[in-house]
Amino acid sequence: MSAAAKISVAGLTKSFGAKRVLDGVDVDVARGESLVIIGGSGTGKSVTLKCMLGLMRPDRGSIKIDGVETVGVSQRDRMRLMTKFGMLFQGGALFDSLPIWENVGFRLLYADRVARKIARVQAIEALERVNLNESVADLRPAELSGGMQKRVALARAVVAKPEIIFFDEPTTGLDPITADVINDLIVHVVKGLGATAVSITHDMASARKIADDIAMIHDGKIIWRGAADAIDRSGDPYVEQFIHGRADGPIKVDARRERA
Amino acid sequence: MINILAPVTQIGAATLATLRAAGAVAIFGGRALAAMLTPPYFFGQLARQLLRIGYFSIPVVGLTAIFTGAALALNIYVGGARFNAEAFVPNIVVIGITRELGPVLAALMLAGRVSAAIAAEIGTMRVTEQLDALNTLSTNPYKYLIAPRILAGVIALPLLVAVADVIGVMGGFVVSTQSLGFNGAVYVKNTLDFVTTGDVVSGIIKAGVFGFLLTLMGCYHGFTSKGGAQGVGRATTNAVVSAAILIFASNYMLTTVLTQAFGE
Ligand SMILES: Nc1ncnc2c1ncn2[C@@H]1O[C@H](COP(=O)(O)OP(=O)(O)OP(=O)(O)O)[C@@H](O)[C@H]1O
Ligand SMILES: [Mg+2]
Repeated sequence: MSAAAKISVAGLTKSFGAKRVLDGVDVDVARGESLVIIGGSGTGKSVTLKCMLGLMRPDRGSIKIDGVETVGVSQRDRMRLMTKFGMLFQGGALFDSLPIWENVGFRLLYADRVARKIARVQAIEALERVNLNESVADLRPAELSGGMQKRVALARAVVAKPEIIFFDEPTTGLDPITADVINDLIVHVVKGLGATAVSITHDMASARKIADDIAMIHDGKIIWRGAADAIDRSGDPYVEQFIHGRADGPIKVDARRERA
Repeated sequence: MINILAPVTQIGAATLATLRAAGAVAIFGGRALAAMLTPPYFFGQLARQLLRIGYFSIPVVGLTAIFTGAALALNIYVGGARFNAEAFVPNIVVIGITRELGPVLAALMLAGRVSAAIAAEIGTMRVTEQLDALNTLSTNPYKYLIAPRILAGVIALPLLVAVADVIGVMGGFVVSTQSLGFNGAVYVKNTLDFVTTGDVVSGIIKAGVFGFLLTLMGCYHGFTSKGGAQGVGRATTNAVVSAAILIFASNYMLTTVLTQAFGE
């Protein structure tokens, strides 16, 4: 299985101080597959993505991309690896000093050194794919609504046609209609590019729509994984509780810790 | 019970913390230097920073210099009069400005203006994950953000200090000719006859070092900031304070070295 896997994570462990966030995460993602990771707030979903991307160094464990180990590679190899990735950050992380089109075309402009005119044309094409038009191209991120910023961030993540795309809560904070537009866009760009995708979401409607497979993370481990249409028959009490959003069940939400 | 070793422990801990911070800054500076020397280069960013750090600082530096030169002339006149040495105002003004006050005051003004702005900007990018985003877009933040700012500081500060030298001497000239009764032509002749290349060059060299230090502090504290708006505020304060302290400390060391190198 791991030989064909595009991404293969084994024994991923990460602590912050005394707090162990990831405690042996094992997950494989096949080429062209769309995996959605679900799990409670603060269970380490974003940390998992950041480790996969190499933005955070795991304490232990292995992350193979195309069968090649990526934990601890040199800065130079890391930069080369990054050209395979696209990432939509939870908060958008748009560059607020640059106009929208330069945000979207950033990689083309500064990493690939494409001429400004050409980069602009490609950036505007990418904006159109997320249902934004040329009129926003010269605005700054702060001048757009949250949903529009999310779509710009999505356009930026896919503009260079990456092999692997990570989406961190692409629909959080959006109205249901815009959320559904984003879901369609994700399915469209992922299938259209033939890319491998790993997404994080709390939004079960979104998960069902964009996932081939769903994995649930709890207590630093993947506790369940299965096909998206099998999630209602998982038989796992944790998954059951999560997808139905019940307050009582095996998952205990510590209100005090949540506030901290 | 009073632990008599407590003060010693505290001093030890503070020393270790300082050494650790110095090590971290040195590593950061080394990375920045390596980023400066190897491609890809971001000339557009460098131009933008030169404009921001250099060009837009001219008014601040100019105002500082003209008032300092003017006040210096008055003080030297009063002090000089105590041993009939009022005539030396032009000589001492030009020495004071070029060797010491031009570079130090310009650098201090820029610590407030530039180090703070850089720390706030990069710190905000850190806490909003824009630095992570840069990485995922295959762009090395050391090359795209840090190197252009430090390089711009090293280039801009000497130029600003050259401007400050001229304006500072002018400040002294205006006061001396308008209210202290100096003859304009004589003042200029005395200034130019007296000042040496060494005076000017040593000030310019200091300026280059200060430019490096104050941009480095802005970048380092911004880059390592954490914890939201409060963290950015702390980074900004630390950038200004550490830049100012480094400017004073290195000024003394540079003066020691440069007076040896360029003689009296
Ligand atoms: N840089 C960091 N320093 C210290 N602790 C961190 C850091 N990043 C994450 N954590 C901690 O790790 C835990 C997991 O964080 P993470 O952001 O991965 O949660 P998440 O599963 O993405 O949650 P959410 O759904 O709310 O986004 C949290 O308890 C958080 O406090
Ligand atoms: Mg998260």
